[in-house]
Amino acid sequence: MAIAIELNGKTVNVTAAEDTPLLWVIRDELGLTGTKYGCGIAQCGACTVHVDGQPARSCSTPVGAVAGMKITTIEGLGGRHPVQQAWVKADVPQCGYCQSGQIMSAVALLAEKSAPTDADIDAAMAGNICRCGAYQRIRAAIKDAAGIAAALPTTA
Amino acid sequence: MNAHSKIESADPSRRDLLVVGAVVAGSSLLVGCSMGDVLSLGADAEFGAFGPFIKIADDGQVTVVSKHIEFGQGNHAGLAAIVAEEMDADWNRVRVEQAPAIAKVYANLGMGVQGTGGSTAIANSWPQLRKAGAAARAMFVQAASKKWAVPVDKISVKDSVVTGGDQSATFAELLPDAARVKPPQDPVLKDPKTFTLIGTDRVRRKDSQAKVDGTALYTQDVKEKGLLVAMVAHGPKFGSKVKSFDDSAALKVKDVVAVHEIPTGVAVVARNSWAASKGRDALKVEWDDSKAETRSSDQIMAQYREIAAGKGPSDLKWTPFDSKGDIASATGEAFEATYDFPYLAHAAMEPMNCVARVKGNSASLSFGSQVPTVDQLNTAKIVGNLPGAIKIETLFAGGSFGRRANFQSDYVAECVHIAKKVGKGTPVKLVWTREDDQRAGYFRPIVHHRVKITVDKDGYPATWSHRIVTQSIMKGSPTGTPKLDETAVEGALGSPYLKATPIVDAQLALPDVGVPVLWWRSVGATHTAHVMEHTIDQLARRAGKDPVEYRRTLYAKVGAKRHLAVLDLAMSKAGPVPAGQFRGVAVHESFGSVVAQVADVSLPEGGEPKVNRVVTAIDCGTAISPNQIAAQMEGGTCYGLSAGLYGEVTLKDGAVEQTNFDSYRVLRINEAPTVETHILPSGNPPSGVGEPGTPVITAALANAMLAAGRPAVTRLPIVRASA
Repeated sequence: MAIAIELNGKTVNVTAAEDTPLLWVIRDELGLTGTKYGCGIAQCGACTVHVDGQPARSCSTPVGAVAGMKITTIEGLGGRHPVQQAWVKADVPQCGYCQSGQIMSAVALLAEKSAPTDADIDAAMAGNICRCGAYQRIRAAIKDAAGIAAALPTTA
Repeated sequence: MNAHSKIESADPSRRDLLVVGAVVAGSSLLVGCSMGDVLSLGADAEFGAFGPFIKIADDGQVTVVSKHIEFGQGNHAGLAAIVAEEMDADWNRVRVEQAPAIAKVYANLGMGVQGTGGSTAIANSWPQLRKAGAAARAMFVQAASKKWAVPVDKISVKDSVVTGGDQSATFAELLPDAARVKPPQDPVLKDPKTFTLIGTDRVRRKDSQAKVDGTALYTQDVKEKGLLVAMVAHGPKFGSKVKSFDDSAALKVKDVVAVHEIPTGVAVVARNSWAASKGRDALKVEWDDSKAETRSSDQIMAQYREIAAGKGPSDLKWTPFDSKGDIASATGEAFEATYDFPYLAHAAMEPMNCVARVKGNSASLSFGSQVPTVDQLNTAKIVGNLPGAIKIETLFAGGSFGRRANFQSDYVAECVHIAKKVGKGTPVKLVWTREDDQRAGYFRPIVHHRVKITVDKDGYPATWSHRIVTQSIMKGSPTGTPKLDETAVEGALGSPYLKATPIVDAQLALPDVGVPVLWWRSVGATHTAHVMEHTIDQLARRAGKDPVEYRRTLYAKVGAKRHLAVLDLAMSKAGPVPAGQFRGVAVHESFGSVVAQVADVSLPEGGEPKVNRVVTAIDCGTAISPNQIAAQMEGGTCYGLSAGLYGEVTLKDGAVEQTNFDSYRVLRINEAPTVETHILPSGNPPSGVGEPGTPVITAALANAMLAAGRPAVTRLPIVRASA
């Protein structure tokens, strides 16, 4: 039986079984590959999407559990979202594989707290692993997107 | 080797030569062709008027073709900037694309094969791409000169616009004429003093937008008509073999297409990832562990300790390095220490994966190929073809840190075996889960060091005895273990502290272990930097001297000017130690660059150490992209600190215990320091950046712990799961 979800503003019908993780539905059935697989057990955050505006780990969310809900993926941000622009400005990505998830977590944080403190950033972003270690630029870009004067990494 | 000798060499290191040797031997052993065959195949490929590295579109956009994979290092920005600088191209209209696998044209000049590693991308490309860019510029200048009847020395180029006298034209306008000019063999290169792009903050990444909007294409994202997804049931231990299997339940899973036994296990092929995963779960496999490694990591470490203490098997060979003088003359009370380093997984965010299409003996692959030539060789062996006939499309990779480069092309070969079984040219995407990735090995090996040092009347080393016991990385190469496996000792080998010591007895032993091991970002320095830098701090404190001054004295003694310069630069920027914090300093040379770090650390009683701020100074020769050098110092520091604080893979009866991020702890944002990067001005050619930032931080942290009166850090990681 088809499951209807709202993906990036459009209603789509999914044929996958209810126990299929939302991640694989988004990637394999719906063909949006910006959302990444990293661990499969909600430990790394690479698969982060928004479910009704809240960040969720799509690798551990069965599609049956989000029937009728609004799902936003990285593609749904449009490419020029202020957080995405801040990310480009600071050259945050290195390998880039985790960045969709990082950005989705950051967008959710800023929706909740328009001027996050370092502690807020730690709390909201600690679930997103970046093996390249772009953390310092992630922090700076979040502050930049929030309009907080951010200390971008220095070189001399 | 004839073909290889034609390639201009960029002073290949010993190890790179070994890589070449391994590949040559591998090719002749495995598929009966020589290195000449490997390099010449595909070499008749046609390139445009500006050669294999530069394409210029009708609208004037310049595409720089990168022979190196981009998996985070930022090398694409640097490579493009080298070309754009010499061309005087408009940087905003320069893009980068990945080269196909053609070793003769796109070889790493430090390796002799096409490949990325050893922090050599910029260094080996520096003369080559400068020349390519300068030649292209000269062609535009020639074309304009002829068209306008203006002498070439009266013509200038800026931001893709050519100007001479009262005439000017864009690259786009001059393109048809420029493309007909014969490329000069020895174009005049710029005086580096006149660079306008290189070394400026304008040299930024070209891939950031694609990496923030989800469009950057990784192996995991390959979509193709008819593509099948494969997952493989692997044995529980290294060396496990399939005894028997029952696939009846797996084949009943919806969308599972086929099950195939392959050399590394049992592959389930399905129409999508989830079906492949469920199909694999439904397999019943019996394993034969009779030839598997069944020891626990504790047992392996215990054996290494025995060996270093001189109680190893009598037939185990010791190989000396950097040794001089007669250690028997050592007198006085010695400083003694041992250091233990665990297995480390690379744990790149994108688990290993590959897409392969096999039809008869032809094969084409799309994936993040770190050493395409070796991947071609290993694929050729499986499908029965010549390496040069294997097509490889290199995609972005979600990290590697060395993992995607190994002599066996482990995950690539696995995918090719499955694609061969599927046949018909059907695209097969091999997907590894995190657990597959963690269990597959190719770890940084377990390492044990034992040092015994006596000092002179001023407290400086007089005799230095050093034993390193580990597993050989180079033994995995088809040519076998070299006389001295430098990957095991680099960083101790060549250390200014050993140079400054009159009598040295340094030796390496490499017992066999059945666990696949591999280079891991910064390779030998992952352990030697900690041993050398932490030992030096302990010696300084034992002598009642300031550790920074102690280092300065030793550097001055042996003329280690670059070490001294980065140490001075970092110290001059560090300022006072914040109240309640402790400071540690470490300096290490790797991949041609020298890095000094000053770490300010909080050490709460009963809590975990927190590195707050790391002032970094690097001498990496000419700095192409200061921004990306800083990014590599930031990221390299986090990668090294992650290992130093938490990184450890343990084996229980041969089986990996940390199979995902819940048990293989890695550094997170709340644990990451702020890294400040200062680049030493230099007129030398560029040297490594991707790795040199990694190995220094653990020693700096450990030295801060000494400053706080804590015991020496003789066993990593610092924060142990069982503690």
